[in-house]
Amino acid sequence: MMASSKLECTERWTFNFNTNMQALHTTSTSDLALSCQSVSKRYVRNSPFEKVNVSALEDISFEVNRGELFGIIGPDGAGKTTLFRILTTLLLADSGVVRVEGFDVVTDFRAIRNEVGYMPGRFSLYQDLTVEENLNVFAKVFNTSIEENYHLIEAIYKQLEPFKKRRAGKLSGGMKQKLALCCALIHKPRVLFLDEPTTGVDPVSRKEFWEMLKRLKAQQITILVSTPYMDEASLCDRIALLLQGRILKIDTPQNIVSQYPHELWSVSSDEMSKLLTDLRNIPAIRSGYSFGESHHITFKNKEWSMDALRAELEKLGHSSIVIKKIEASIEDCFMDLSPESKG
Amino acid sequence: MKQSLPTDIVLSAENLTKKFGSFTAVDSISFEVRKGEIFGFLGANGAGKTTAMRMLTGLSNASSGKGTVAGYDINTQSEQIKKTIGYMSQKFALYDDLKVWENIRLFAGIYGVPAKEIAPRTDRLLRQLDFEKERNTLVKSLPLGWKQKLAFSVAIFHEPSIVFLDEPTGGVDPAARRTFWEMIYQAADRGITVFVTTHYMDEAEYCNRVSIMVDGKIEALDTPGNLKKQFNAQSMDEVFHQLARKSTRKAD
Amino acid sequence: MKQFLVFIRKEYYHISRDTWTMVILLLLPIVMLVLFGFMMSTEVKNTKFAIYDPSRDVATQGITNKLAMSTYFSFSGYLDSPDQIEKVFRSGDIGLVVVFGERMYESMMHTGDAQLQLVADGSDPNTASTLTMYATSMIVQYQQELTGDLKIPYRITPEVKFLYNPTLKGSYNFVPGVMGMILMLICAMMTSVSIAREKELGTMEVLLVSPMRPVQIILSKVVPYFFISVINLATILLVSVFVLGMPINGSLCLLIFLSLLFIFVSLALGLLISSAVDKQMVALLVSALVLILPVMMLSGMMFPIENMPAVLRWLSELIPAKWYMIAIKKIMIQGLGFSSVIKEVAVLSAMALLLITASIKRFKYRLE
Repeated sequence: MMASSKLECTERWTFNFNTNMQALHTTSTSDLALSCQSVSKRYVRNSPFEKVNVSALEDISFEVNRGELFGIIGPDGAGKTTLFRILTTLLLADSGVVRVEGFDVVTDFRAIRNEVGYMPGRFSLYQDLTVEENLNVFAKVFNTSIEENYHLIEAIYKQLEPFKKRRAGKLSGGMKQKLALCCALIHKPRVLFLDEPTTGVDPVSRKEFWEMLKRLKAQQITILVSTPYMDEASLCDRIALLLQGRILKIDTPQNIVSQYPHELWSVSSDEMSKLLTDLRNIPAIRSGYSFGESHHITFKNKEWSMDALRAELEKLGHSSIVIKKIEASIEDCFMDLSPESKG
Repeated sequence: MKQSLPTDIVLSAENLTKKFGSFTAVDSISFEVRKGEIFGFLGANGAGKTTAMRMLTGLSNASSGKGTVAGYDINTQSEQIKKTIGYMSQKFALYDDLKVWENIRLFAGIYGVPAKEIAPRTDRLLRQLDFEKERNTLVKSLPLGWKQKLAFSVAIFHEPSIVFLDEPTGGVDPAARRTFWEMIYQAADRGITVFVTTHYMDEAEYCNRVSIMVDGKIEALDTPGNLKKQFNAQSMDEVFHQLARKSTRKAD
Repeated sequence: MKQFLVFIRKEYYHISRDTWTMVILLLLPIVMLVLFGFMMSTEVKNTKFAIYDPSRDVATQGITNKLAMSTYFSFSGYLDSPDQIEKVFRSGDIGLVVVFGERMYESMMHTGDAQLQLVADGSDPNTASTLTMYATSMIVQYQQELTGDLKIPYRITPEVKFLYNPTLKGSYNFVPGVMGMILMLICAMMTSVSIAREKELGTMEVLLVSPMRPVQIILSKVVPYFFISVINLATILLVSVFVLGMPINGSLCLLIFLSLLFIFVSLALGLLISSAVDKQMVALLVSALVLILPVMMLSGMMFPIENMPAVLRWLSELIPAKWYMIAIKKIMIQGLGFSSVIKEVAVLSAMALLLITASIKRFKYRLE
């Protein structure tokens, strides 16, 4: 195992110089910040008791334009982190080609590492260093200084400034997230990779964070962001819905929503728990999911009218029934596209 | 809605306060939770949710104020409280390196389920969850959604009068999140009170009543419908934002 | 270069803010030296001895005095009968009992069949043999003084002489061992743990996706621990010379050169470990298992290598600390020069080269 991978590595090293030049040429003509073609990745979990071959990513292809805010939306375990690590040259894919700013992630990984900013899922900060020291270390790692690109982080850093002597480990989740973003931005990257920057952060901080991303987009920075929160999808220019290592769909949030193939109704009554069971027992109903204040349902065929459904539910003992025709949310689309809903 | 009798109250807090030095993490909160209710406990990071929950579950002592959980005093009877509640958090729920049945067995033992009952009840639980094939699977190789479902079932395995759920659905896919909430409904129908925190505002809509903490105080407490009316908002998300923006506490 | 300096400062912050670790790092050498140098030594000082003396003549008196006056023994009292011997050993504070025969002086001077018995507590065989050895040599010495010029031809006196360590000081053996162990421990364990910590925290991911070269990351990890090791080297030498009374008979420069070489080997070993493990806990255990145990067991610090089975002897050849200890003893105690430690220097250099190449080769540019 070890020996073979080392060999590969040396081969690629010698290859480096030639492709570098070619790559530079190709980038100047292209508007693509990133292209990912048929990337697959499998993990072999090897232990004395079991040998499991887990597929993390299967045939992932997408492209990101310069200056785009591209979202990768999917739950935990969908393969978001693996994908991000491949895109940031940290992992090698089993197959497929990835280019970031025209550079190949395998052969030109050094060039890419100079161009991109990366914020891993866990806010990777030095817990025992202060806010200021963290920022300084990361600035120097990228051969720059805080002053040089201060304009880029100014809006975010201003909020952190009162706590600049505080150790990073003692900050709240929202503050850590902001500091990590500053650290990833400090060298003015051309492409910014944010892996689940809003996980575990409260809704207010999340909203603030997305406003910051919008401002960064205005600075012509390409941003790739992953998130498990479906409601954040609408804030991206384009999104890829990822589930179990496969892309379900890539498009703008508006297009995805407008392409929802079914008529969607929201139904509520005074006994929500019973209502869901009752709705699912109606044979004509294709799917029924709870969405908090109401249940979203779709039909197998369009024989039912709202009045008919209302009558049926009243018969089952429900009162204050509200039925509305609604537009689908990304979450509706995601569930509709999931293989389980089809099977 | 049933008219609540005093005996119906499973959890109560009266001017509950927690101070760390000069910093008041939880500032004199008072509320009651009724039997069989799904109570949403919301708040921004650092609003004091975790601290309040620690006091209610008997993990830390209140600086002042009173509280009862399942009829026990949180200041003096924390050991009894720990026996009568269920607890599940996103960060720790089950042992990854134990098998499914071993986890059930372990937690049942910890919560004092009689040894004779554990085996038949384990079988029943696995049947209900449709997990019979996974009995001998290590928990770490289960998908996250399954894991959370199992963790919740384990947390209520000993039929507690109240179960505390700390961000139970973080990162779970949309379909699994809904099945999870259906399980919560079923538990509530059986009379188990559910006390839940979440960052998903749409989940707040599932709750019978919701409280929102800002800077250590409970700023709002009502049904989701009433809160939306009160704040003239379309969704709980808006309600939350209106309240949380008032926060002056930033970095903690 | 600036990158590098900032990084070293960052490491310095990490170390200095973790107060307990730093205290341990700086105090460990002293504590260990004191532990090994004093408490675990086989050295004998002021051991109480008792006498059963039925003769009570000039010879027995002389021997008793000679023992009592030495720094090794102090006289505790006379026993009335041999039955008491066991009792005094049980009481615990007596280390040696000297049992004289009848009419000692007369037999020594004339018949030559003087009888004398040394009884020591065999439950600690090392101490017991040291005690009897000292006592024997003193008794033989007294006998020679007494007989003086009178040559007694049929008598053979066995003479044991200890070269380089005439007083059999335990610290002579332990100090080089402790030096090897401490340096290995701090360099290798701390570097591997601190790299593993970055992997665990996820900061390594960010560093990898940066223009910083792995060699820079590695070197900036090594430098601060190198400095701590140098401080430790200084404290060890000071303590061993001024507290334990170790001599430095050879060249101090050579000693420092060898120590720096050994520190380098240890650091390289730590890096090699860190390239293989991802968790601090594992780094700690592996370091303990791979470094400390073999150093204690196989370097000749505690158990003589010559008495080991062949397999273990071969294994001991692979332990850097063994070569370091041999060289250090040659320099400090025997006072030999560079020419006599060439072999050790060569072996350590080869090890350093091999380890550093391996660890740089093995350092991963990616996460897998």
